Formats: sequence, structure tokens, C-alpha cells
Amino acid sequence: MNPNALAISAHGLTCRFGSFVAVDHITFDVGAGEVFGFLGANGAGKTTAIKMLIGLLAPSDGEARVAGFDVGTERAQIRRNIGYMSQRFSLYNDLTVRENIQLYGGIYGLSDAQLRDRTAALLESLGLSESAGDLVGRLPLGWKQKLAFSVALLHEPKIVFLDEPTGGVDPITRRQFWEMIYAAAARGTTVFVTTHYMDEAEYCDRISIMVDGRIAALGTPAALKAQYEVDTVDDLFVRLARGATVTA
Amino acid sequence: MSNAVEVRAVTKRFDKVVALDDLSFDVAQGELFGLVGPDGAGKSTLFRILTTLVLPDSGSATVLGFDVARDLWDIRSRVGYMPGGFSLYPDLSVAENLEFFAAVFGTTVEEGYELIAPVYKQIEPFRDRRADALSGGMKQKLALSCALVHRPEILLLDEPTTGVDAVSRREFWGQLAALKASGLTIVVSTPYMDEAMRCDRVALMHGGRILDIDLPGAIGARFERPLFAVYGENRYAMLQALREYPHARSVYLFGDSLHYTDDREVPSVVEELTAYLGAKGHPDSRVEPIAAGIEDSFMALMGSAA
Repeated sequence: MNPNALAISAHGLTCRFGSFVAVDHITFDVGAGEVFGFLGANGAGKTTAIKMLIGLLAPSDGEARVAGFDVGTERAQIRRNIGYMSQRFSLYNDLTVRENIQLYGGIYGLSDAQLRDRTAALLESLGLSESAGDLVGRLPLGWKQKLAFSVALLHEPKIVFLDEPTGGVDPITRRQFWEMIYAAAARGTTVFVTTHYMDEAEYCDRISIMVDGRIAALGTPAALKAQYEVDTVDDLFVRLARGATVTA
Repeated sequence: MSNAVEVRAVTKRFDKVVALDDLSFDVAQGELFGLVGPDGAGKSTLFRILTTLVLPDSGSATVLGFDVARDLWDIRSRVGYMPGGFSLYPDLSVAENLEFFAAVFGTTVEEGYELIAPVYKQIEPFRDRRADALSGGMKQKLALSCALVHRPEILLLDEPTTGVDAVSRREFWGQLAALKASGLTIVVSTPYMDEAMRCDRVALMHGGRILDIDLPGAIGARFERPLFAVYGENRYAMLQALREYPHARSVYLFGDSLHYTDDREVPSVVEELTAYLGAKGHPDSRVEPIAAGIEDSFMALMGSAA
């Protein structure tokens, strides 16, 4: 792969908390426009790895470049070039739909004209033009998550990190969300996503499975299923993660 | 006594939102009964009514033969309830949480130990750790231990597997199967459609209503149209191509394939779809007739309910 086309490139990336090695020398690349599923059991080190990749936590060892910037020394640039949303926190419930969009647009330094145009386009594409003045807290979860994803893309980041974006979302809206992911990837945005829904892992171009701080498997879902002779990613996940020492 | 749970025409509103809309169903003694549906379906409200924490606006319900509106204390002492989000005391240790729940029900950890042991033994090595320092899977095990420690006659578990990884989820369902085998009635809710297959019977819930209720296999079997799985590279382009097919009724992502239904009454579309996709730049595509599952049925029912 052309190194210039890499959205993420991690080499021996490590994070220690005292004697505990949360992330243990992980090495992987993610290509531009790729949908990359970052899987692992609770406690396997996913969240710590993501914190390093988005510039919230300095690595103890190793290195990684995200959107071309070094996660150790260029953390401010990284944060400007990525989008982030999680299931737990992404929008302010006490602000309206429009106010949330304006807040995030302001934080990312969009001009008034850009913000006006993109707000209108975003509301239109989500079918939320009528609800622009509604409090986000009143929206059904599925709508909230679709809005949060659109807001995370508002500043047209090169990479968007999605941490369990579809938890608790109904099966139809979950699929609409994934079609939004595909559309973003088709426009060249790299999507880095975690999920506990193993059917969603199948939707990714490639997946990695973390076990005890290491990447135990990495490849396309089809190749990994063939390699481990299992029918589903669910079976693959259970097989790899069950061998973990941190089973809790 | 006949049914462990009887719900009759229960309706509950919060302001303008109808959380539960004229709901009726029964759960038999010893049954492992699943409430399957997304956030906002009304699952938690239903649990709060069954645990006597909230009264229905209309309708009635009984748990173990006791009325949820009249017999609060008879129900509360006999029910093991695991609320959503696990509701543990974050600054108490594992052992302290368990002792607290035992004490509230006038019993001791020792008296309930035999029942909780298969679950609790896995977290007992961490008995002095604060609950807020536990991983999701450990919190889940502790919360289940707390719900079981007073040896309830029925377990009501509100989304015990949400936010928990696939390995812990499988283990958890194994534990529920063991508890059911001991004779306990279990009502459990989940947003994960695949978990429905672990239940004796399931109710599919959406928007405060039951879309369907039956044996998990029977719900998929009722899917009313021939269903086809489409495999191939570049799934997003293939999805868009299929949506443009003049006879496409529904096309959606499904695991490693796309699921397709046709709007005509035709026995098979395998050959024509394969030819169509080939012409659209997907020569490697493969189309197969398949049996529908719970999630296919859920989406079809959601669509027709909307």
C-alpha cells in the first residue's frame, strides 16, 4: 500500500499503566476510504488504543501516524483532522438539533458561510429540517446517532472514529446508519469503528480482533473466517477472545 | 398457580409518549421468556411495572399470582430484578454490594451462596475491588449475583447483555440456561436479535407494542415472502444496484450478505438477479434462497407497523 494513502499507520504502539500493559505493541495500517472494524472483548485494550490514536493519551512506546500526523507529538493537528462519536456521549441533549450543529461547527472553526451551507445540507439529508428546533434529548436514539455521525463529519475530517455507534438502535435504523458509513467511505473518509454486533463486523472491509492488548487477528472478514475455519465472525471472535487471560 | 406473569391490556404514558400500548401476554412457570427490541420499545417500563416500581395507567398485571398494583411486598420479596445499566453501588466493593443486597432482603450471602456460586465464583477473586473499577462483563456477573442472592422465584433481567462483548454474552446465556434448568422463571430483555434464539419464547417489541410473540423459530417461519441472500464483492455498490432493480421490494445489509425480497409472486429470482447484477458490474455475485430469521421478521413487522 502506498504510505501516503494510509489514514492510520501504527507500529509497536504500546500503553502501560504502571506494570499493566493495556496495549502491547500493536502494528497495523488502515487505508484511506477503508471501513475498519476494531473488535475486542471488554478490557482487551480497545478504548486505550483509540485514546492514543485520537491524541488523548500519549503512547508509552511505539509510534502511530493518524491522517499523516504523529500521535506523540502532533496531537492538536490530529484532533482537527478527525471526527469522533461514541454511544455514550456525542451530542448535548439540552441543545436543539441546530444548536448542536452550530456548536460543533464553531469548535472546528467552520466559517459562517460553510456552517450555514453544511447545516442546511445535513438537515436535508437526514430529513430533520422540520425538527431543527427540537431538543436533541427528545429525538429517538436512532435519529440521535445518525445526527451525531453527521455532526462528526461536519468539518470533513479524513478519518472518523465511531465507538459502538449503534448500541441499542433498532435493526432498520442500524442498517441506515451503516449505509451512511458506506456513503462516507465512498467519498474517501476513513471509518474506524468498534461494535459488539458481530453482524456489523461483517460489514467492514477489514477487521482486527484485540485480545489482551495485542492484535490477535487482522484481515478481511472472509479471509479470517476461512483461515480459522468458522462460519461467522461471532464464532471467530469467541474462539480468539476466549483464550484471553483477562476473561472478565 | 398457572402463569408466572400475566399482563392484561397494560398501557403506560409519560406525557405524550405512549411507552406501553395495550400490552397483553403470559409467561409460563419455568419459562425463559425474551423481550426483544431496540431502545424505546418499552421494555424497561414493562419491567418497572412488573417489579411494582411504576403503576400502569390502565390494564392489570400479576407476577407469581400477585397483583402489581396491590401486592407490592409479596412481589418485591420474590423477584430478582437486574435493572438496565446494572445499577450497582460504584464505591462499594464486589463483596459489599452483594452483602448489601442480601441484607436488604433479610438474608445473608451464605444462605444464597449455592445459587449464585456458578456466577459469583468467577468474580470472587476480585471481591475487594470497587464496583466502578470492574469491566462490563464483571459488572454483569456481579449484578446477576445481587439479583439472585435472596433466592427469588422469578428473575427479571433488563438488558443484561447490553455493552457486553460477544464472549461474555455467550457465557451469560449459558448461565441463564443453567438457572432455568433449576426451575427458575426468567424474563429477559435484549436489543440483540440473535439472542432471541436462546429463549423458549420471545415477544418482539417496538414502540410500546408487541409485534409478534411465539417460539423464536416460528416467528422467522411466518415471514411472508420468499427471501434471498445475495453474496459478492463491493457490497455497497451491489446494494445500490439491487435497490434500482424494478421489482425490488426490500434490500438490506445482513451480515456477510444482502437480503432481498421481490414485489412479485414468483417462485425464484435467482437467475434473473444474477444476470442483472452481472450486467451491473457484479459478475461474481451469488443469489440463494434462504429461510428468514427473527431479525428479518422484526424489520418486516416494524415496517408494516410504521
